[in-house]
Amino acid sequence: MDAIQQNLLEQVAGLHEIPAGAYNIRANGQMAGRNTTANIDIVSKEDKSGIDIRIKPGTRSESVHIPVVLSESGLKESVYNDFFVGEDCDVTIIAGCGIHNGGSAASEHSGIHRFFVEQNAKVRYVEKHYGSGDGNGERIMNPTTEIHLAKGASLEMETVQIKGIDSTKRVTAATVEEGASLVIHEKIMTHGKQYAQTDFTVNMTGPGSSVNLVSRSVAKEHSRQLFKSRIIGDSSCQGHSECDAIIMDEASVSAIPELTANHIDANLIHEAAIGKIAGEQLIKLMTLGLTEKEAEEQIVNGFLK
Amino acid sequence: MRGNMLELKHISFQAEDTGKEIEILRDINLVIKDRFVAVTGPNGSGKSTLAKIVAGILTPTEGQILLDGVDITDKSITERANLGVGFAFQQPVRFKGITVKDMLSIAAGKDADMAEICSMLSEVGLCARDYVNREINASLSGGELKRIEIAMIMARKTKLSIFDEPEAGIDLWSFQNLIRVFEKMYEETKGTILIISHQERILNIADQIVLLADGCVKKVGTREELMPELLGVGQPCRTLADKL
Ligand SMILES: Nc1ncnc2c1ncn2[C@@H]1O[C@H](COP(=O)(O)OP(=O)(O)OP(=O)(O)O)[C@@H](O)[C@H]1O
Ligand SMILES: [Mg+2]
Repeated sequence: MDAIQQNLLEQVAGLHEIPAGAYNIRANGQMAGRNTTANIDIVSKEDKSGIDIRIKPGTRSESVHIPVVLSESGLKESVYNDFFVGEDCDVTIIAGCGIHNGGSAASEHSGIHRFFVEQNAKVRYVEKHYGSGDGNGERIMNPTTEIHLAKGASLEMETVQIKGIDSTKRVTAATVEEGASLVIHEKIMTHGKQYAQTDFTVNMTGPGSSVNLVSRSVAKEHSRQLFKSRIIGDSSCQGHSECDAIIMDEASVSAIPELTANHIDANLIHEAAIGKIAGEQLIKLMTLGLTEKEAEEQIVNGFLK
Repeated sequence: MRGNMLELKHISFQAEDTGKEIEILRDINLVIKDRFVAVTGPNGSGKSTLAKIVAGILTPTEGQILLDGVDITDKSITERANLGVGFAFQQPVRFKGITVKDMLSIAAGKDADMAEICSMLSEVGLCARDYVNREINASLSGGELKRIEIAMIMARKTKLSIFDEPEAGIDLWSFQNLIRVFEKMYEETKGTILIISHQERILNIADQIVLLADGCVKKVGTREELMPELLGVGQPCRTLADKL
């Protein structure tokens, strides 16, 4: 693996070296390393590119890293990864994709991740997207995440895209059964002419299920963002979504929430706030000696922290 | 002999309110050089407006501001802050994601470590352990925010420190501690501490008291000269008399 790929790996997975536990590293469309453990098996798919990750019931405090890096300009790929998380597991899954495009052709990665989380299992899922390279070829990433939470299961997803992705359409769909809970924290920053679209659909099917979607984003320069969320409550359940965006320069942000309650005890809330940085926040930081530009950076960094 | 810390010459401020110009401050002339200066006056008399003009947040319609003999009338908020003006807001600002540690570090002009944060917060009666990593957002109570606001100005060690109603919302941690904070600040900066306040116990430590009413300076003097009148023993000023 070369220096560019190492850097991408560090950005998306925080990896300086070979990770502990199970992992599968994909570089420029090829498998660049794999490790399985007694409890976690990783098998390549036969019919299309991608892997099946099988985690044995009761597996605790183990992690799986599945980073993807692309450094060859013009590469386009779709990868299908399926996670089967057994009953009573408590595991961390770290995915993420880094694209370095130093050429002029568009590089594109579409990751389709499906999670089948069995009863009472607990998953923390971290996903980071990052782009670098000064070529004018676009860096495009379209992650699709499908989540099935069985009775009492829980999944907490953290998804971050702070830099370098020109175009992204992120689709997340989930079904949440009895007593299961889904939490998603999304952080996005766009600049230049970038476009980011987020599309969440969550179906709460069982009593006592819950979902909490929190999206924080900053849109700078001429970038555009679209946030869509659909929460459907078919049972007694708690649903909350929140889209909080800072808009700067000539950027544009839309938030389109949709809530559907099909049960008298479905409790659904959506909050959306889009606005520029509050003037009084800038003023406060300037009275502490920061310039307007420095104040702006502090506010944006804090907001996305 | 102390030099003049702050001089206001013919400061006026007008604002537009529903289409018509209203005069909020009228021809303010003041020389401030003492250790502790208190500005008092009825609600709406223009105290906060005056403080914002000194900090550069509002631009006066007319007049001149001198800090330590230097004309700062055309200087930005940032420039004034770096020249030594500190300002604790009447209503502290809330931020999403910025922590108490971040803010105190910005105020101190360096990445403050736990021991430094602890010493700053303990001055205002807060335990660092409970607060360092708290965000300065809606989850903090009004009094907590007010104390952190004071700690930020202490961390800056500015030669002119303005506090807009620092006692508001502060409980029995009490005036005595607040006064100790001001005394300690003076020891460290040897500058001027300008306190906007309605509280007798704060006015009682002032070397000089400025009474504002209706956007004008009604009286300036030592506390011996002004306290009896402010407490209603002597002749109340016209604005106050109207209400009595
Ligand atoms: N931008 C503005 N437009 C219109 N009126 C304003 C504006 N800013 C301040 N005022 C008015 O100017 C007056 C002075 O306000 P200021 O906040 O300075 O009063 P204050 O003396 O600090 O009062 P308090 O004791 O209540 O804090 C008030 O009547 C206020 O309503
Ligand atoms: Mg005021």
